[in-house]
Amino acid sequence: MINALAYFAPPSFLDWLLLKYFSPETVNYVLWPFIQIGAVVTIIAVYALYATYAERKISAFMQARLGPMRVGPWGLLQPLADALKLLTKEDLTPDKADPYIFKFAPYIAVVAAFVVLAVIPFAPNWGVITDVNIGILFVLSISSVGVLALILAGWSSNSKYALLGGLRSSAQMISYEVALGLSLVGALMFARTLSLSGIVAAQGRDSIWFFFYQPLGLFIFLVSGIAENNRAPFDLPEAESELVAGFHTEYSGMRWSLFFMAEYAAMVVVSAIATTVYLGGWYLPFVYGLTEERGFHNLYVILSIIIFMIKVAVLLYIYFWLRWTLPRFRYDQLMDIGWKWMIPSALINVVLSAIAIFAVQALDGWSGYRTVESVRDGLDLTRTGKIIVIIIGWSGLFITAGLLSVINWRSRDFNLKKQRRKIRLIDLPKGRPAIAPAAATAPATQTPAPAPSE
Amino acid sequence: MHQVEIATTRETLYDSPEMVLNMGPQHPSTHGVLRVILRLDGETVIDLDCDIGYLHRGMEKIAENRQYSMIAPYWDRLDYIAAVSNGLVWVETVEQMMGLEVPPRAHYIRTILTELNRIASHLLWLATHALDIGAFTVLLWALREREEILKIFERQFGARLTCHAWRIGGMPNDAYDGFERDVRQFINNFPKRVEEYETVLSENRIWLSRTVGIGVIPAADAIAIGLSGPALRGSGVAWDVRKARPYAAYADMDFEVPLGENGDTYDRYLVRLEEMRQSRRIVEQAITRLPDGPVMAKVPKIIKPPAGDYYHSIEAPKGELGCYLVADGTSSPHRVRVRPPSLINLQALRQMCIGHLVADVVAIIGTLDIVLGEIDR
Repeated sequence: MINALAYFAPPSFLDWLLLKYFSPETVNYVLWPFIQIGAVVTIIAVYALYATYAERKISAFMQARLGPMRVGPWGLLQPLADALKLLTKEDLTPDKADPYIFKFAPYIAVVAAFVVLAVIPFAPNWGVITDVNIGILFVLSISSVGVLALILAGWSSNSKYALLGGLRSSAQMISYEVALGLSLVGALMFARTLSLSGIVAAQGRDSIWFFFYQPLGLFIFLVSGIAENNRAPFDLPEAESELVAGFHTEYSGMRWSLFFMAEYAAMVVVSAIATTVYLGGWYLPFVYGLTEERGFHNLYVILSIIIFMIKVAVLLYIYFWLRWTLPRFRYDQLMDIGWKWMIPSALINVVLSAIAIFAVQALDGWSGYRTVESVRDGLDLTRTGKIIVIIIGWSGLFITAGLLSVINWRSRDFNLKKQRRKIRLIDLPKGRPAIAPAAATAPATQTPAPAPSE
Repeated sequence: MHQVEIATTRETLYDSPEMVLNMGPQHPSTHGVLRVILRLDGETVIDLDCDIGYLHRGMEKIAENRQYSMIAPYWDRLDYIAAVSNGLVWVETVEQMMGLEVPPRAHYIRTILTELNRIASHLLWLATHALDIGAFTVLLWALREREEILKIFERQFGARLTCHAWRIGGMPNDAYDGFERDVRQFINNFPKRVEEYETVLSENRIWLSRTVGIGVIPAADAIAIGLSGPALRGSGVAWDVRKARPYAAYADMDFEVPLGENGDTYDRYLVRLEEMRQSRRIVEQAITRLPDGPVMAKVPKIIKPPAGDYYHSIEAPKGELGCYLVADGTSSPHRVRVRPPSLINLQALRQMCIGHLVADVVAIIGTLDIVLGEIDR
């Protein structure tokens, strides 16, 4: 039965269908790319749409309420109703806004968020849309285009709140991009490739997720990613209590929802990159043995996609969890964290990874130890080698924390708990009651009433 | 009030690095229709001015044309978050002018309900303050507890927010059946809930970094401006009208007054949390000792206080709420003046904000706990 189902699995079935009508060249170079693009954009859009639903439900459960319940069972159709509502809303442009830039900015945001998905390997084989050999660089460069949309939106709205939001977001995204890029370097040193499917393959070949080698890297990546996506607790550009809605204050209807969509798509992208680089991508033990080895190739690919999506969903849950738990940082504190904590720790992480790699290679062959299996496609380590790298990686957390604590020893935020004081409880003596227990006479100091002259 | 020089000419606007930002009156975190005019350098506040009056209803003037018993419902709308306390100051002022002896049961029920109202008001403050700083979840948690208090109010007064609670001389009707049970249920659950807020906020590093050392007002300045309530006690000044001039049944209650040390936003936060605990303590004592008897004194049909002037104040959730009343012997007052705690607390805003960032301005507006209905009257 599985074989019969696999026949209808996307690639072979569609190939067969398309080749009946078109030449192989058209199918390979024109039709398939379009199908893949359409599929990815649709799936991720629906995924992002339902991420909003999940967020509303999760936040509702955290806040002792139910969340959307009216549209469909358990409110499952709420995202669609929202989309319909936003589509039919009026698309306002402020009077003094720069109309072209104002209208164009949301598209940049959406495009920047979605284009990155082209290089992400969702699964082996046909789950890879394109395999670019500079995948990570592509991701970083495109995601930094996203900041352009926010600046343009903030500037062209001709609103002070939007302007402040745009400026904040540009400063924030540029500072955190540095940490974001640096945090990936450690993992790349182990994978020895920039291609995203190459990184997944390196983790699969070695049967280990890079998370175990690079706990600090994943931590920095996630924190910087949250900041990069302007999500709470780093949601300053759209801080609703200060800047009304930040850079999209003046947007309404579909253009506003494009920003919203871009935000969720960017969250999916950051989670997907984190999954690919640190959590082994679509790789999960046992799945290969149960499907591919027995010949169920398409089932393997589909299961891999589902595994990938589940890992992404777990990371997205962390986003929601943080958002509904933590208060918001202030602008200068955000910059402090970016420059004083995140970037130095990312640099320390790079050095520690280099030390780890140097250590396993130096130890190989020393008094009978074997740590490295091969260095041909990537760094393949033996069990001993893995243990050494894992120990260095996890001790890196403490080393970094110690180093940075020494550096920031005297900063305000580091010493907050010492600065705060306890309140005192005192029992004040009671004064004369305002209300006398016996029937009070009219006040003794009675002044003659001023006659109402009006 | 201090005036900000608003850049109007072309030169000032374009040539200086400064920006004038109008915060409000339709802004999510100015707590109503407060308009704050900020002069910013980047995001640092250089100068600030408040524009009030968007909610002016002429309460004091209206009171001159109404009979004494007719004024009370207007008073509930001053600080609509704490309608019960506001009503109390009016009826107590008139009662004292006339020398009416209110039955003890009425005094006790007044104490219970005003303290519940204080908890409700502080909960709403906590909710909005946390929301201003970005902690959304606390908002809904605090509103959940406030809901229980509002249910008690609804059963007792028939309204949830603008409850017209009192009559001159006592209460219109006795506590409803099951009042004691409802109150006890609330005060039994409440300590756990305050612990929850403490878990989310008190030790939270982001919360600390947003509140410690923000909006500091030293004790001397606080007294000079005339701050009252938690804003004053956060600076470490021991002053509480409930202790200094006990009204209602506060003379019989044991409770302590929390005092801050730094006078910053964090201290005021702790003071208010502790005040909620102390209020719960007062309610517990009052409900245990609740005496029997009538709730309404003998009051003449037409209320005519003797000619004269009188000032009475109570400790409303926001601070010292006073009422100065000049009577001319007729059935309506000659002049009424309210001492609104929110308006006077708002005067500290400029001193607290200058030098801080825009994000701190919302935190400071939140910590002052203002209600525009009371400021504009």
